[in-house]
Amino acid sequence: MRGGGGGGGAPPPPRREGKGPGVAGRVVKNRGYAVYLIPGMLASLAVIVVPLVMTVYVSFTKWTGVGDPRWVGLENYTRLFGDTLFWSSFGNIALLVLAMAVIPTLLGLVLAAVLFDYVGKRFGDRWAGLFRSGYYLPQVIPVAVTGIIWSWILHPGYGALNRILEAAGLGGLAKNWLGDPDYALYSVMMVMIWFQIGYPVVMFMSGLSRIDPSLYEAADLDGATWWQRFRKITVYMIRPEFYVVLITTTIAALKIFGQVFVLTKGGPSNATLVPSYFAYKNFFEKAQVGYGSAISTVLTVLIVALAFAFLRLQHRSSSQDG
Amino acid sequence: MTVTARPTVEHPAAQESPEAARHRDPVRWFVLAALVVLLLLLVGPLLVIAVNAVKSPADYAANGPLSLPGGLHLDGIVDFWNRVDFGQKLWNSFITSLTVAVLGVVLSILNAYALGIGRVRGRVWFLVFFLVANLLPQEVLVYPLYYISKEAGLYDSLLAVIIIFTVIQSAFGTYLLTSVYAEFPRELLDAAAVDGAGKWRTLWRVVVPVSGPTLAVLFTFFFIWTWNEFFLPLVFLVSNDNQTVPVALGVLQGDRMMDATTTSASALIGILPAILFFLLFQRTLTRGIAAGAIK
Repeated sequence: MRGGGGGGGAPPPPRREGKGPGVAGRVVKNRGYAVYLIPGMLASLAVIVVPLVMTVYVSFTKWTGVGDPRWVGLENYTRLFGDTLFWSSFGNIALLVLAMAVIPTLLGLVLAAVLFDYVGKRFGDRWAGLFRSGYYLPQVIPVAVTGIIWSWILHPGYGALNRILEAAGLGGLAKNWLGDPDYALYSVMMVMIWFQIGYPVVMFMSGLSRIDPSLYEAADLDGATWWQRFRKITVYMIRPEFYVVLITTTIAALKIFGQVFVLTKGGPSNATLVPSYFAYKNFFEKAQVGYGSAISTVLTVLIVALAFAFLRLQHRSSSQDG
Repeated sequence: MTVTARPTVEHPAAQESPEAARHRDPVRWFVLAALVVLLLLLVGPLLVIAVNAVKSPADYAANGPLSLPGGLHLDGIVDFWNRVDFGQKLWNSFITSLTVAVLGVVLSILNAYALGIGRVRGRVWFLVFFLVANLLPQEVLVYPLYYISKEAGLYDSLLAVIIIFTVIQSAFGTYLLTSVYAEFPRELLDAAAVDGAGKWRTLWRVVVPVSGPTLAVLFTFFFIWTWNEFFLPLVFLVSNDNQTVPVALGVLQGDRMMDATTTSASALIGILPAILFFLLFQRTLTRGIAAGAIK
């Protein structure tokens, strides 16, 4: 359980003191390290493996969390695939992937290139760094707190956004941003773009700093336009970061819980329901633990499959480099 | 700022003086203006929160959310702080994040030592395991963890949250650190072996000090990630005395007592520690994000 001293302790006795670290010694030297894995594996067993197996098992049962689970086979899954709420929660997630992964990645790519290649060169690196820090700021704020900020700004009664619209003479556009089923999901998407945009900017700028400046100089000599340089050099060179950003943000979108909990609680009338919140409701509000487990199992399979597909893609693209 | 000859000399006039050239380059100012507008859109909400957190309710009612406060009215913040016993929440968050960061780094070190440097048999499968553990949504672990911790008498305690996050964070740490340790200079290990150091001594006297910068990055990540966690603490920390900052603020959202100024006051005291960490750790963080990108 504990990470610290105890488990990993006992230094293995040094072997064959007499012999120097020769070629034969190297094989021997690699023994005795396995003991260092013991605390980590025991802890992972308790916190990850056992709960994971339990959830998968419970997904085949009916269970309220009290007493014994009753085996029902695939019933939860057949119910799940016929449940319109389940499908709409995955539909909502598709739009959130757009807001949390696709749009920030594309926007971040352009912003990073502009900051690095244009602002950095014409105004100085300090300016580029200043913008980068500013754009990154929403990322450091706790998810729950960003939810509070935005539910305050978007509040229909006293919220700042509607007041701004009224002050600008656009009072007709004022809406119950989070309370109207037609707009709630788009409002959440807006908040997520706001929250995510800084991450790709920082990642891409650090990737850009790896590019040899002489590449750009050569392109300039050849009379390449800024757009050509952007496409042929910038985008091409930071593909590793591109994949990392896309995969991490997509997975984050699939897992989203905190903002939805604080902003809308999945409502109004399930307009912003997402799988993780759907599972949470079944676990802790409806005491349908079997059904909740089935939802989280499906979500997990989806995430792991997607991650491995991404990794393959990334691997193939990097081996094409030769 | 000195302006040297730039390749974009479209106007012949640009050669007159650099100062004139700067004013006549509309693209340049257009780009800058667009970036500033975006910056305002991103930072603006935080500024609006800060402004309204220090307004009196009367001031807010009279002038709305966009005026500057008539005076520094700290009652909203003080009242909220006292009502939720915010000092206690800060301490809970701090002690949890700190313990998780320390234990998580130690556990990552032990795992990565065996996998990256020791290259134990089947290490690829261990790495796949840690990768998958990284990907798992917490929803798939939450109910059994909730059930087990109730059985073990750890429910509603910081200890449960600390144990769980130590393991979850160290899954990431192991994955990252193993790839760093796989390229650890062998000469240093051989030198330690010649000096008669065993594996345990080599780990703490050679490997850990040499990988210090990476460990600092991991520590920072673990601390901030744990501080910001919401889902599991929400499930596990139900009593008032045990709540962390995000949980305490999150569950109060929508409460009847939360009027406009109190809500912004609560948001502000949630933002401030995050900004403090951001400033404290900024260098480590940007370096660390870069390190994460390479692997």
